[in-house]
Amino acid sequence: MMLSGQITRGIPVTNDSRLSEPSQVDDHAERGVVVAGLNIFYGDFLAVADVDMHIQSKSITALIGPSGCGKSTFLRSLNRMHEVIDGARVEGSVRLDGVDLYGSEVDPVAVRRRVGMVFQRPNPFPTMSIYDNVVAGIRLNSGKLRRAETNEIVERSLRGANLWEEVKDRLDQPGSGLSGGQQQRLCIARATAVEPDVLLMDEPCSALDPISTLAIEQLMLELKQNFTIVIVTHNMQQAARVSDRTGFFNIAGTGKPGRLIEIDETKRIFSNPAQQATQDYVTGRFG
Amino acid sequence: MTTVLDDRSASVVGARRMSRNVQGSIAGAALLLGISIPNLLGDGKWGWVLVVTALSYVALIYVGSRALEGRRQATDRLMRATVTVAFALVMLPLLSVTWTVIREGVGRFDGKFLRGTMRLSPEELLAQRDGLAAGGAFHAMVGTLIITGLAAAIAVPLGLLTAVYLVEYGRGRLARAITTMVDVMTGIPSIVAGLCAYALFVIVFGPGSRTGLAGGLALSVLMTPVVVRSAEEMFRLVPNELREASYALGVPKWRTILRVVIPTAIAGVLTGTTLAVARVIGETAPLLIAAGLAQETNVNPFDGRMTSLPVFTYYQYVQPGIPTEAGVARAWAAALMLVLIVATLFVLARVLANVLKPKGLR
Repeated sequence: MMLSGQITRGIPVTNDSRLSEPSQVDDHAERGVVVAGLNIFYGDFLAVADVDMHIQSKSITALIGPSGCGKSTFLRSLNRMHEVIDGARVEGSVRLDGVDLYGSEVDPVAVRRRVGMVFQRPNPFPTMSIYDNVVAGIRLNSGKLRRAETNEIVERSLRGANLWEEVKDRLDQPGSGLSGGQQQRLCIARATAVEPDVLLMDEPCSALDPISTLAIEQLMLELKQNFTIVIVTHNMQQAARVSDRTGFFNIAGTGKPGRLIEIDETKRIFSNPAQQATQDYVTGRFG
Repeated sequence: MTTVLDDRSASVVGARRMSRNVQGSIAGAALLLGISIPNLLGDGKWGWVLVVTALSYVALIYVGSRALEGRRQATDRLMRATVTVAFALVMLPLLSVTWTVIREGVGRFDGKFLRGTMRLSPEELLAQRDGLAAGGAFHAMVGTLIITGLAAAIAVPLGLLTAVYLVEYGRGRLARAITTMVDVMTGIPSIVAGLCAYALFVIVFGPGSRTGLAGGLALSVLMTPVVVRSAEEMFRLVPNELREASYALGVPKWRTILRVVIPTAIAGVLTGTTLAVARVIGETAPLLIAAGLAQETNVNPFDGRMTSLPVFTYYQYVQPGIPTEAGVARAWAAALMLVLIVATLFVLARVLANVLKPKGLR
């Protein structure tokens, strides 16, 4: 666990919040992400209600559920990305390795350095080359590195994203010139280059063809050696293929908040879930 | 069954189309009408010839197509002809102005004009009276560059920062108020901006204070809203996904704006800024009041009057000196200079935008 001062090699950690201080994580149960009593609001509207969840570190957790049930909102609350929207706020706590991400002295920017994110649509920076896209997280955070170091980070991240062989001869070309699947792997390389602890993926394959999807799924299985992965997906086969645990979100009706119905071992969710609603959803008898 | 299919394919493949020759004859007939009608009515100026030719072409192509090709094709041809003619009519004044300025201006566009000022020695005054070239607009060119440069130096940072505020931070009543104020500023008559700047400098520096700085200030009032509006549009065009991608990497908001939003939008922002400069570089009225008229080169915007090319042009026209042709020729040459400066700015902005624009955008 990287809890001491260095969040990422080479990135100077400027904030002195509790995030970067050593904390005492003796209790094994505190490892990973622990969500307790989380309510997520947009203004006065309660979008997601009362979520308790333990996301184990170095595993893949899939979140499934019908559209509008709040799973993306929940995912974005894990690295405080939902705060980008005006009036969005939460009640309850999200603890990463024992540190409350919503603690009053915690900087959301620092949270996002430890909890990275990959989006539905690949979004490489159009002004940057492939190389610059990979090190964007470091360069944009004003980290000054020697060329040899960035070269090493670029190669390691691109290899980690199974993209190195395809792009090593054109690192100076614009990232937006790649195919959709390659762009998404570039975005994964960009997210992993800053060495976060947790990687959030919001429907990372829904804009991709089956072959690119397969490539990303294989990549996820490799990435889980080093990262805690949470993935939102509409594709239940995908959840069944890649995840260790699966959480099912549902919504009672429009205007009502989304809730976590249950979360369990993926095998159990897809074979013998505890809740009837989950059973209905995974067998397609629902919505 | 087969007959139905045949009929249908025949109606698609065998649709009657006017041949190129027929279309050419229609254009020729229109030209004939365009030449003859104005001449018969006693006014054969080429402007009328063009207008009548264009209108008769639209009418003839519709009638001809209706008779030969049917209603749908005729409507298509009518619309196409109308759009083309409208475009041509819009281009007409542009070409006419450009051509006139070049034709009239090139006569005095010489070394004396580019290097000289209007502080004429007795010998030069005599030479001018004998019909020789004398006097120049060097001081006015310097003035234009300094005054416009000052205006841009004030308006561009102000406008860009306002646009960043409106797009990235502004919410609620303050943002709405600023947007409204920017709209109101767009509508300020330029003479009012000149009066405001003049009044301000009179209050601070005493009556009769006319300086390049006052002129630049007046122009910046006109320029700021244009910069704000164009930059705002460009920043809004930057996809939110890019901002989110940056936030998700743990990049603070201000750095995201500086390193992601602005670089992505820079090409459009530059074009908009150039348009704003072009908008004010030809302003005359505010500079008449705020910067005044000078006959010599003044490079100090904080002291003394400073002339710009439009003001120079205006004075050469209303006070041409003896003989009047000398002044009018200088006015045309100054107008040509102004057009060349604006054109250069546009080319520069285009080149810069092409160099800086995001690569590989689909």
